[in-house]
Amino acid sequence: MTLSTPTPPPSATSRPGPLLSVRGVTAFYDEFQALWGVDLEVREGEVVTLLGANGAGKTTTLRVISGLLRPPSGGVRFAGREITGLPAHRIVELGIAHVPEGRQLFPLMSVEENLLLGGRVARVRARRPANLERMVELFPILGERRHQAAGTLSGGEQQMLAIARALMSEPRLLLLDEPSLGLAPRVTEEVFATVRSIAARGVTVLLVEQNVLEALEISDRGYVIEHGRIVRAGAAAELARDAAIREAYLGL
Amino acid sequence: MVVLQTVLNGLLTGGLYALIGIGMALVFGVMRIVNFAHGALIMVGMYAAYFAFTLLGLSPYLGWILSALLLFALGWLLYRGLIRPVMGQSDFMQILLTTGVWLALVDLAQLLFGADYRQINLGIANAVVRLGPLRVSSGYLLSFFAAAVVIGLVYAFLYRTELGRDVRAVAQNREVAPLMGIDVERVSAVAFALGAACAGAGGALLLPLFYLYPTVGDPLLLRSFVMVVLGGMGSVEGAALGGLVLGVAESLTGYFWTDSYSQVVDFLLFLAILLVRPSGLLGRQRA
Ligand SMILES: Nc1ncnc2c1ncn2[C@@H]1O[C@H](COP(=O)(O)OP(=O)(O)OP(=O)(O)O)[C@@H](O)[C@H]1O
Ligand SMILES: [Mg+2]
Repeated sequence: MTLSTPTPPPSATSRPGPLLSVRGVTAFYDEFQALWGVDLEVREGEVVTLLGANGAGKTTTLRVISGLLRPPSGGVRFAGREITGLPAHRIVELGIAHVPEGRQLFPLMSVEENLLLGGRVARVRARRPANLERMVELFPILGERRHQAAGTLSGGEQQMLAIARALMSEPRLLLLDEPSLGLAPRVTEEVFATVRSIAARGVTVLLVEQNVLEALEISDRGYVIEHGRIVRAGAAAELARDAAIREAYLGL
Repeated sequence: MVVLQTVLNGLLTGGLYALIGIGMALVFGVMRIVNFAHGALIMVGMYAAYFAFTLLGLSPYLGWILSALLLFALGWLLYRGLIRPVMGQSDFMQILLTTGVWLALVDLAQLLFGADYRQINLGIANAVVRLGPLRVSSGYLLSFFAAAVVIGLVYAFLYRTELGRDVRAVAQNREVAPLMGIDVERVSAVAFALGAACAGAGGALLLPLFYLYPTVGDPLLLRSFVMVVLGGMGSVEGAALGGLVLGVAESLTGYFWTDSYSQVVDFLLFLAILLVRPSGLLGRQRA
C-alpha cells in the first residue's frame, strides 16, 4: 500500500498569507500554450470567481492547481506549502478538491460508491461513513438515489453528486468548474445556493462560472482571464459594476 | 440430446475461456491497451503448471495458484519495465510493444523447452462423469469449477475491496480518478498484473486438457480479443459471458460442421457483434 501519509494539519499558528497562491504559471497542450503566466490568490474563507471567455484558460488554471496538469514554469503554493508538480492524487490528500467541468462521475457506479471514492483519501478515511451520511442528509436527492447508477441521474443531480463527492474529502479549498453548465435556470439557482452554503460553512471556494453576475454575487473577489493571462482583479461587487466586464461577458 | 451434450461441452470450455477473457478485459478496461501478449502469458502459465506437476508433483488444480502468482509478478514487472513507458503514446507503439513481448516469450519458450508437444497424465482428469443422460470428462468439469472459483475471486476483488473499487474507477473515468486520490499508475500495474494472473491461472487449468507447446497461446489470443469485444470493450462481466458464448459457438460448429471451422466462427461472431451490437452483449455504453 502506498497510500500517501495523512497531511499534518497546517500548524495552528498558520502563517499569514493566502491559502492558495498561483504565481506566473504557464501551461501547454503539446505545442499550444494555454497559460502565459497566471497569478492569483485565494485567502482562507474567501469565495473567488475566475471569469473569462470560452477558451480563455479557466479550466486549465484549475487543472494546474489540482495537479492534473504540470506547469513547466511558475508555482503553486497551498496552505504554506509548495505543491507545484505534485501529482493530483497527492494534492487531494492535502485538502484541495476539484469538481471538474462536466461533472465527470463514475457513471456505472452507484451514487454511494461515487461518494465513497470521494472520501477514500487517508486524511479523512476514518470519518468516511459519517461523511457519507452527512452528504445524503445535505443532498436528500442523493439519499433517494443512493443505490442508483450515477449515469442515470439528471444533470442537476449529477452536479450535486459531483460536489458532494468532492466534499467527502473535507477540502479546505474547493475548485468548482462551471457547476451550472447545461442546467435549467431553476437548477442553477439550487447549485448557487449550495455553493453559498458550502462557503458559509468555512470552505474556501475558487469558482469558474459562465453565469457571471450570479457568480460575482456570491463571491468576495474575482479575476478576469483572457488568452491565458489575468487581465483584471478586484472586489466582486466592483467587477459586477464594471462596464467593460458587463459588455464582454453579459452582452449588456 | 447430442446437441445438449455439445452445448454442455461448449459451456465447460467456455468457463475457461471466460477466465482468460476477463484477464484481457481488465487490462483493456483500465488501460485501453489491447494486450497482444495475453496468449503468450497463458502459455507461460501452462508451462509453470507443467513443471510444478512434473518436478514437484503439484496437481494443476492447485498449481494454478502458483501460475497465477508467478504471472502476477511477471505482469507487474512487464508493466513497470515496458508498458508504462508507452502509456499515453500512440496505439501503434502499444501494439508494437505487446506484440514484441508476445514473440519474445514464445521464442524464449521455444529456446528453453523446444517445440515438443507435452502433456500431463492426471488420473482425476481422465474419468467420465455422468450427469443424467449427459457425460462429461472429469478434467473439463474440474477445470470449469476451478475457473469459476478464480472468476469469483476476481469478481470479489473488484466489487468487495477498496483497491478493486479503485480499479473500476480508473476503468470508468481515468481522467478524474486522480482527483479521488487514486494513483492511476499503481492501479494500472495492479490491473495488468491481475490480467496476467488470470492468463496464468487459465493456462494452468488448460494443462490437464490440452497439449502444451510454445505457440499454444496464440489461438487463445484471438479468442480473448473476441471475448472482449463480445463483452463490450473492457466489461469484465461481459467478457465472462462472451467466453461462455464462444465456447458454445465453437462446440456447436464442431458438431454441425467440423472443428477446424471453429476459428472461422469466432471471427464471424466477432464481426457480427461489431456490426449489430458494437457496445457488446451486455450493451452498456461506456462513458
Ligand atoms: N486537451 C487539450 N488539448 C489541446 N488544447 C486544449 C486542450 N484543452 C484545452 N485546450 C485549449 O486551451 C485553451 C484553454 O482552454 P480551457 O479549457 O482552459 O478554457 P476555458 O476557459 O475553460 O474555456 P471554456 O469556457 O470553454 O470551458 C483553449 O484554447 C483550448 O482550446
Ligand atoms: Mg472550461
